[in-house]
Amino acid sequence: MTQPLTLGRVFRLALLSLGALIFLAPYIFMISTAGKDQSEIFSASLSLIPQHFAYMANFTKALTRVSMPNLLLNGVIVCGLILVLQVVVAVPCAYAMAKLKFGAARILMAAVMLGLLVPIHAAALPLYVAFDKLALLNSYTALVAPFSISVFGIFLFLQFFRAMPDDLIHAARLDGMSEAGIVARVIVPNAWPAVTAFAIFSVVAHWNDLFWPLIVVTNQSYATPPLGVLFFLAAEAGDDYGALMAATLIITLPLVIAFLLAQKRFVEGITMTGLKG
Amino acid sequence: MSVFGLRDIRKSFAGNAILKGVSLEAEAGEFIALVGPSGCGKSTLLRIAAGLDHADSGEIRIGGREVSQLRAADRNVAMVFQSYALYPHLTAGQNIAVPLAMRRLSSAQRLPFIGPMLPGQRRICADIQKQVAATAASLKIDHLLDRKPGQMSGGQRQRVALARAMVRDPGVFLMDEPLSNLDANLRVHARGEIVELHRRAGVPTLYVTHDQSEALSMADRVAVMIGGNLLQIAAPQTIYDDPDHVEVARFIGQPRINLLSTIRDARGMVQFGTLRLASSTSREGAANVTLGIRPEFVQLRAEGQGTLAARVERLEFLGSEVIVFARLSAIGDTVLAKVTPAEARGLVAGQAIGLDLDPSRIMLFAEDGHRLPSTPVSAAVRETVHG
Repeated sequence: MTQPLTLGRVFRLALLSLGALIFLAPYIFMISTAGKDQSEIFSASLSLIPQHFAYMANFTKALTRVSMPNLLLNGVIVCGLILVLQVVVAVPCAYAMAKLKFGAARILMAAVMLGLLVPIHAAALPLYVAFDKLALLNSYTALVAPFSISVFGIFLFLQFFRAMPDDLIHAARLDGMSEAGIVARVIVPNAWPAVTAFAIFSVVAHWNDLFWPLIVVTNQSYATPPLGVLFFLAAEAGDDYGALMAATLIITLPLVIAFLLAQKRFVEGITMTGLKG
Repeated sequence: MSVFGLRDIRKSFAGNAILKGVSLEAEAGEFIALVGPSGCGKSTLLRIAAGLDHADSGEIRIGGREVSQLRAADRNVAMVFQSYALYPHLTAGQNIAVPLAMRRLSSAQRLPFIGPMLPGQRRICADIQKQVAATAASLKIDHLLDRKPGQMSGGQRQRVALARAMVRDPGVFLMDEPLSNLDANLRVHARGEIVELHRRAGVPTLYVTHDQSEALSMADRVAVMIGGNLLQIAAPQTIYDDPDHVEVARFIGQPRINLLSTIRDARGMVQFGTLRLASSTSREGAANVTLGIRPEFVQLRAEGQGTLAARVERLEFLGSEVIVFARLSAIGDTVLAKVTPAEARGLVAGQAIGLDLDPSRIMLFAEDGHRLPSTPVSAAVRETVHG
């Protein structure tokens, strides 16, 4: 289905391309810098294609100076644990709020709304003190626990579950399922689009999060990828930008690949939250 | 003794009384249609009977057991929903098997991976499969068992929903407008099928519908519910010919019954045109009454003849019959007459005609809506009364 190239279409495409270029520029620049050696980065001339390809050297540095596999593994563990806990907490909670009648439903709804309004930064200090008192700093617990209850997740699932027909749940009750059984056998199998959408938001947010790991982790062995890059910067006295960009490229790559593979789902997820949220 | 009974069920939402003390009894194998306009509380009553909603007060008995405190699952009722409510992620066969699996397998036996390794699980599952296949065969859906609800037509989904309800021998069947999502042709066909299935299963059935023709054609008894009250429960013919209440008369019948307001004098006589009726009543004094007559008992006469003078407003041709809308010259009310096309031939809008009301089919209703006994007074009797 090719449309004829009218003037208006050319203009629209040009505008979109320009927008795309602006948004992609930092990433392109990062790829470019990751291939330059020290002297070229600090030269006055600006070229996108490196004169001497230094990719090998930079990537070797990035992979050897800090423990890159350890960083990526930490990222996977932390994001995975957060996601699993968030879903395990949010799905039953959202089900109860969407489909059951109980006295505190309104208060709970208000609490969820309030939770959506308060950013993690506001609660960071008390949480830090609490983890310190519990001697839990520098642990997976400290990285995961504050995010195990996601009000955003509850809200997203709530909207999705409200659209599920009541009769389906009534039928399940008549068939003899308990409320927990309904969640496990009826709600979850039919909530995959919502779970996928939520998983994308959650993983992207926590993979890229620098703020919270920076507060609770000082030990390199618990560092998440963005924090690892920061350690790398410190270790390298902050001027080996080629290697730094190579390291950044490595840690952003998993998400970029995941996005490209699940592009359709990702867009569906955003559309769904846009329509219902 | 009845196998299914509701006694004095009351329910209100936020101060609005939805059910105002509804009682209903079903005998073994009886098919009762609960019919009423939308919002009359019939679906609420059904949900209360199923245990999906709680009544404020009242008693529910199923198979001689008081169940109003039991969970929906323990009441042994099966329900067919208007939307069918099939599990979208399961195939038709799995859908039908769910109620059996939930009852016969222990929670450990239902676990994935672990369940199949437990003793007895395999035998029970094979039993369930056999029963699912038998039920599916009786509903002629055995070729659909591997399909998911999304891949089936409305009629097929409706049969799967019926199969899921029938598979486990419930104490009572509850059906909530199961045919209203089907197209007109399929609906008429499915009516016959449900009646046939009901006769074979012999389980008492409470069937909620807003469609009076469904109720009249399918049920052993029809319960008419209006505004949270059960106004009459009777055989379809009785409901139609002999309604207890003006609302029942108004709701049942297509085209609707003619209702004309008139006055009963102190002696209990009602005069309408040249027509006279005697209404025996304990209450003395004159009162407003409503006179009701079904359109098929209104006969057309030539101008100047008949008990009432009228003018044709318009005609509705329905194939086998014609509905004549005639405006009464005396009071301006419109009366409907159902006549054959032959009788209506030559009638045009604006034409003056006469109408006769079949005196033996006239019903009288008091101001509060209740039926008043009445007898037509013949000309001879009239002479003696006056004489």
